[in-house]
Amino acid sequence: MIEPTIYELSSPGRLGVPYPKPDVPLAELPQDLIRQDLPLPELSEMNVIRHFMHLSHVNYSIDSGFYPLGSCTMKYNPKINEEMARLPGFAYTHPLQPIETVQGNLALMYELQEFLKEITGFDAVTLQPAAGAQGEFTGVMIIRAYHQSRGDTKRTKILVPDSAHGTNPATSAMSGYEVVHIPSDSRGNVDIEALRSACDDTIAGLMLTNPNTLGLFEEQVIEVNRIVHDAGGLVYGDGANLNALLGIARPADLGFDIMHLNLHKTFSTPHGGGGPGSGPVAVKAAFKEFLPGPIVDVLEEGDEELPPVFGFYQPTQSIGRVKAFHGHFGMMVRAYTYISIHGAEGLRKVSEYAVLNANYLLARMRGTYKVPYDRICKHEFVVEGVWDDAPGIHALDIAKRLMDYNFHPPSNYFPLIVREALMIEPTETETKQTLDRFADAMLKIAEEAHQQPDLLREAPHSTPVGRMDEVKAAKELVLCCWLPEQVKN
Amino acid sequence: MYTPHTDSEREEMLKVIGVPSIESLFEDVPAEYRFPTLNLPEPLSEMEVAAQLQELASINETTRDLICFLGAGAYNHYIPAAVDAILRRGEFYTAYTPYQPEVSQGTLQAIFEYQSLIANLTGMDASNASHYDGATATAEAAVLAYHHFRGKRTRFVVSPSVNPQYRAVLRTYLNGYENLEVIGDEDKNPFITAEELLPLVDSNTALVIVQYPDFFGRVQDLTDFAQQIHQSGALLAVVVNPLALALFKSPGEMGADIACGEGQPLGIPLSYGGPYLGIFATKKDYVRKMSGRLVGETTDKEGRRGYVLTLTAREQHIRREKATSNICTNQGLMALAATVYMSLLGKTGLRQVAELCYHKAHYTAQQINQIPGFEVDLKTPFFHEFVVKCPDSVEEINEYLLDNGILGGYDLGNDYPDLKNHMLLAVTEMNTREDIEILCEALKEYSHD
Repeated sequence: MIEPTIYELSSPGRLGVPYPKPDVPLAELPQDLIRQDLPLPELSEMNVIRHFMHLSHVNYSIDSGFYPLGSCTMKYNPKINEEMARLPGFAYTHPLQPIETVQGNLALMYELQEFLKEITGFDAVTLQPAAGAQGEFTGVMIIRAYHQSRGDTKRTKILVPDSAHGTNPATSAMSGYEVVHIPSDSRGNVDIEALRSACDDTIAGLMLTNPNTLGLFEEQVIEVNRIVHDAGGLVYGDGANLNALLGIARPADLGFDIMHLNLHKTFSTPHGGGGPGSGPVAVKAAFKEFLPGPIVDVLEEGDEELPPVFGFYQPTQSIGRVKAFHGHFGMMVRAYTYISIHGAEGLRKVSEYAVLNANYLLARMRGTYKVPYDRICKHEFVVEGVWDDAPGIHALDIAKRLMDYNFHPPSNYFPLIVREALMIEPTETETKQTLDRFADAMLKIAEEAHQQPDLLREAPHSTPVGRMDEVKAAKELVLCCWLPEQVKN
Repeated sequence: MYTPHTDSEREEMLKVIGVPSIESLFEDVPAEYRFPTLNLPEPLSEMEVAAQLQELASINETTRDLICFLGAGAYNHYIPAAVDAILRRGEFYTAYTPYQPEVSQGTLQAIFEYQSLIANLTGMDASNASHYDGATATAEAAVLAYHHFRGKRTRFVVSPSVNPQYRAVLRTYLNGYENLEVIGDEDKNPFITAEELLPLVDSNTALVIVQYPDFFGRVQDLTDFAQQIHQSGALLAVVVNPLALALFKSPGEMGADIACGEGQPLGIPLSYGGPYLGIFATKKDYVRKMSGRLVGETTDKEGRRGYVLTLTAREQHIRREKATSNICTNQGLMALAATVYMSLLGKTGLRQVAELCYHKAHYTAQQINQIPGFEVDLKTPFFHEFVVKCPDSVEEINEYLLDNGILGGYDLGNDYPDLKNHMLLAVTEMNTREDIEILCEALKEYSHD
C-alpha cells in the first residue's frame, strides 16, 4: 500500500496540537505585511503519528538489520547515547548563554576535545564542523591559510589519490585548489613514483584516506607523508575510515598534519537518515591558530575544592567560522558517552573486531567474488560485482537482490578504480551469525547470477516498491506536492 | 559493550581467515607506531556513564530553570511530545542516506514532504533536503549565485542586519574563490533599511542578502526592493525565520530568488546550538544549481508512486571536483523533526504560535519602553525580537537579571561596536505574562538601584 502524503491526508479545520490563548493584550498587526494564505496541511495528532509510523515501516535501518555500507561505518547506535543527549540539562541550554551557566556543556566539550586528541595524537581540536565534508573543507582551508601566512602563494594544487574518499576532489575545488589525481599501485597503495613526480613547490598538500577506500592500510604511509613534507606540502587525513585505527595507530604519529573525524561513523552517533553528522578537525600544534573558533578551553585551572572554569578561546589566525554557534553539541554528548563506556581498551577492541569481521567476510567471499587488491584488509574491503561468465549482471543487480535476503546492500560503484565495485564494511557490532547469513546470501546470489540471472535483473522482488524510474524523476522534477485544491506549477 | 564475539567465535573466525591472532591482522601498520597506549579514563558501565553525564548536565542552568528572553538565532519554543516520539523511531534515526530507494521510502517520502512544506512556507518553487544550519544555508546561497553567473559577477552585498555569525560563515565559504568581494555590512549604522544598500548594487553584483525578520527582529516589505535588485540583474536571497512566515508575507511573494535560514524554531531543541536545520528554497530557474540533496517523485516499474534522490549528477560523488558543493549529508533527522512539527501544527497551529510570539513580544516591548532609562523603537514593525537601548552595559544588566532567575537578551555590543548598551530580547509562546512582568519588575529595580 502506498502511503498518502500529509497533504493528501489533510482535512480543513483539523488541528494536531492546541496552544494556549494569548494572556496579554493583543497588539495591532501591520496589515500590509501580513500573509493572506498559508497553504499547509491540517491533521490530527493521531493522523500524524500513524502517517510517520507507516513511513517508518518502509525504511531499512541498523536497528532492523545488517547495513554493510562501505566507508559509512554503520555500527550499532547505543540507546544510552540518545538518553544522554536528551537530558534536560543539555537539551534546554541556549548556545548564547553566559559561560558560567553552561559549565557542564563546556566541560563535556573540553573533555571530548581531549579524548579526540589522545585517540588521534594531535595537539588541538575544533568541534565546530557539522559533518565530514565540512571538516574536510575546514582542513583544506587551514592548509591554504598556513601557506598564505608564510607568503607562499605559488602552491595551487592539492594531490588526491584515486582511492581517496569521494568528497576530497570537490572539497579541494571548493577551497580554490586545482586537483591532481595520484594513481594507486598494484597493491592498492599510493603509487610512490607518481607521487614523487607530482610533488614540487606548487603543491599545497595531499588528501590521504588511510585505510583507503579499498579498505587497505597504506603500507608506505610514512614514506608518502615524508615525500609531501619534503616538497613543503601538508598532509590532510580523511577520517572517514578511523574505525580501523582506534588504539591501533595514531594518525599524528604516522605523519598526518590535519585530520577530520566523523563522530557519526567512528563514535556511534546515529546517521539519522542522512544527518546530522559531526566532523571535528584535529591538527598538530603548528596549525592550532588557524582553527575555526571559538574553541573550548580552561580559563582558570581548578584545584582540590573548585572545578576549573571553562570558556572559549579564539584562535589568532583563524580561517573563520564554518558554522553558527559551537557545532553539533547533541552529537558531542553521544560521542562522549560512547568513548566513556569504552575507554582505551574498549576502543582498541572496536577496531580489532571491525577488522576481524571484515577479514572474515572477505575470507568467506574470496573465490566466489573477485578481489582486485587481495591482502589483509582493515575495516572494509572491495570486491568486483561482475563475472565474465554471467553476462549482463552488474554490481547494482547484486545490490538489489540482497534486499530480497533482507540485507541492506553494500556501497556500490565506489571506489571508481574497481570495476563494478561492491564496498563492504561490516563493523564490529555484528555477530558471526549475521556475517555468515550475509556471506551465505552473497554466495547464493553468485549462483543465481549464473543460473537465474533474471532473478537479479528484476530484483528486488520483496520490497514495498521496485526499482524506481530515476530518469523520470530527473526529467519531470516533481520536488514537492501541494494541497489538493491548490493547483500550482 | 557492543562487540558481541565470544572467544570461540573469534578463534573460528581467525581460522577461516588463516591468521593466528587478531594482532596479526595489523602487520601492515608500522611497528614502531602500532598499538599505542591511549591515556583515557577507565571504561565505565552504562549505569556509571549515565550518572556521570547526569551530573554534568545538572551543572548547567537551563531555559527551563531560568526565564528565557535570549534569542539571536536560536529560540526557545514548545516542542509537542509527538515530535520526539517519531524521532526516536530507530527506523528513522539509525538509517543512512536513502541511496537505495527500495528500502528507504520512509526517509524519502518524509524529505519530500519536508521539501513541500518549506516550499509552501517560503513561497518558493522548490526546497532542497536541507543544509547544516542557517549560516551554511546562507553561504550556499552565495555559492549558488556565484555558479549561476559562472563566476563573472564578483560582488556580494550583505546587509549589516544579517546575523553576524552567518556573515562570518559566508566570508569563510567565499574565501576559496578568487577575487570576490563581500560588502555592505561595514556601514557605521547597523539599522539601515534594505533600500540603503541599493547604491552598492551594480551590474557586477551576483547576490544581495538581507534577513527577514532581520537580526534585530524588524520586518520590512521587500517587494519593491526585490524589483530594484532584479533591474541590475542580481539575485536576492532572504534569510528567514520560518516561523515568522506563518504570519508575514513570504519571500516568494515579495520576489526573492532564494529563501534560506535556520529551521530550529520548527520543533528542534536548543541543544546548545546544534544540531539544527539549514533551510534552502529557490525559484524554478535555479533548482538545478542548488547544492545539497533533493528528493523527487517518480514511479517504479509497476507504476507505483515512490521517491528517489534526484539530480544527483550535481553532487560531489559523481561530479568530483566539478561539483557545485562538497556537501554530502543533510540534516535528515532535523528535517524530519520540522516535518512532524509542521504537520502537527498545520496551517492554524503555526499561525497561532507566530501570533502568540508577536503579541507577547509587543506587550513586552511596550512595558519595557515605559521603564525609565530603557528605550524600544515601537514604530518599526517587528516579529518576536526587538532592540532595547539600556542605561548601562548589557553585561551588567544581564548579571542582575540572572541573579533574579532571568536569562537576559543578547549583547549587541559583541558584534556591533556602535551598539554598546543595546540588548536584543526575544519573546516566544513560552513566556507567560507573569514571566514578562518578572522581567519588567527586575529592569525597574535595576534602574532604581
